[in-house]
Order: sequence, then structure tokens, then C-alpha cells
Amino acid sequence: MKSLAELQAIKDKMKDKVVIREGVAGTRVVVGMATCGIAAGARPVLNAFVEAVNDEGLAQTVTVSQTGCVGLCQYEPIVEVYEAGKDKITYVKMTADKAKEVVAKHLKGGKVITEYTVAGCE
Amino acid sequence: MKELSLNILDITENSVKAGATLTEISIIEKGDTLTLIIKDNGCGMSDEILKTVENPFYTTRTTRKVGLGIPLLKLAAEQTGGEVKITSSTDKDNHGTCVTALFYKNHLDFTPLGDVKETVLTLIQGHPDTDFLFIHQKDENEARLDTRELRTVLEGVLLNTYEVLQWIKEYLNEQYQLL
Repeated sequence: MKSLAELQAIKDKMKDKVVIREGVAGTRVVVGMATCGIAAGARPVLNAFVEAVNDEGLAQTVTVSQTGCVGLCQYEPIVEVYEAGKDKITYVKMTADKAKEVVAKHLKGGKVITEYTVAGCE
Repeated sequence: MKELSLNILDITENSVKAGATLTEISIIEKGDTLTLIIKDNGCGMSDEILKTVENPFYTTRTTRKVGLGIPLLKLAAEQTGGEVKITSSTDKDNHGTCVTALFYKNHLDFTPLGDVKETVLTLIQGHPDTDFLFIHQKDENEARLDTRELRTVLEGVLLNTYEVLQWIKEYLNEQYQLL
């Protein structure tokens, strides 16, 4: 059985890391999670980002968060990427697989996947 | 919505948006009924607003003029012969909203519950500063998660830290084996 002692051990391990993270002006990945986003499949997209960011070793510099309706419901699931000093990138009609690709190619590799953006889709 | 668990995610987002510090999500399966209760201590709604929430043309969002969260839940419940009831209070000492939805599981139009664990994880990931009490009862058995208990152990380490989320995921898997 999972025990609270195990959680305690995770806490002790993470305490030091938290301090490091606060000092980093990192990248923000924001997933639209209003009714429209959820109905279009935002939940697996969000969880794919959370997993992939960790798997690619980006947990210290990339945060994944949720927001309400972005206002382009027909393009949901929508994901916005905010990087310091760069224009916001809006990915549309996302899937879990596309999310993994965005983490690998864009967040890790630094190359925006234009065909998945709102501009590439029109 | 393809799964009721997505309705649960959607309706609970309203609770968080209403400033709830604690949201209780209960799923009670008994015989051929499934009762979903989402109860929060958020700001609550006035009687006037309460009358309008079932109307698709009422919404709190500012980006467009329709809100489908409650209407979609109502549709999912009523198409099985069930119903949705909402009570709310803006009273200073006892504010909050309670949404109760009754479903008949054996009805042809019952939407499958889907992955509730994933919904709970998504809520905690997005709202690490608010608490959730999650209870799923099936006849005599119960799966349960209370983020307040985890928060006491974590002492300031965020609930949406990846390692913590993984722990919660496995914990929920174990809880569900009890059902």
C-alpha cells in the first residue's frame, strides 16, 4: 500500500529543489480547460504535457498550468506557450501525441511546430 | 461530453473559480443509481443567478455569451431519467454551492463514468492551493482521497510537484482496487 511515509520521503527530497525553481524565469505552457476545452479533449493533452515535460528533464524550467476559455472554442484543445523575451505561440486542435512532439521539438529543441499553431492551421 | 468524469472536471472548475478552499466530490453508486455530489465553500450564488445557471445563455466567462457546463450535466442526467439539483448560499458564515446529479446507470443513454482518477489528478495539478475531498462509494466499498491530509505531510511542497502527482496516481489506483 502507498503510505504517507513514502510521501514524506518525497517531500524531503523535493524541499531543496523548490528553492532552485523559484529563481528560474522559465517557460509557461497553458492549457485551456473550460467546458469547450474539456469537451474537445484537453484533459489528456494536459496530462501528456505534464508527463513529457518531466520525461524530457524540463521540470525545472517549464511549468504546465491551466486556464479558462481562450475564446477560440472551435480550435480547442488550445495550448499557449509563453517564453521569456519571445512572442506567445498558440497551438490549436491539440492531442496527447502532438503535445509530446511540442515538448520534444519546441520546448526542448527550440523549434516551433508551425503546422500545429493557429497560423499554420488557417 | 464523452465521459461523466469530464462533466465532473468541468463543474468542479466552477467551484475553484468561485474561490472554494475545499471542494467535496462524491460519487455514490447504489443499485442502479449513481449520485454525483459536488459541494464547495466558494462564494455561492444569489437566488437570482441560481435561477439562470441552467440556461445555456448564462455564463461567467467573458470571452463569449454561452455557458454549457450545467446544461450539459443536466442533459446527461435527465436523458437517463435522473435530475440535477443545485442549492447555493452567499451567507457570510455559510457560503457555497452544492450540485447534485442523479443518474440511472441501466438506462440506455447513461454516459459512462470514464476515468475519474484522471479528473482528480487534473484538478490537483491545476489547483494545488485548494483542497479536494474525493469519495467514490460503490455499494459497501469506498475509494477516498483528501488533499488536506497530504498537505499536512508535504509542508509547503506543492501538491502538483511531479513526484507527488505520481504518488497520488498510484494511491488512487490502490484505492480503486477497493471498489
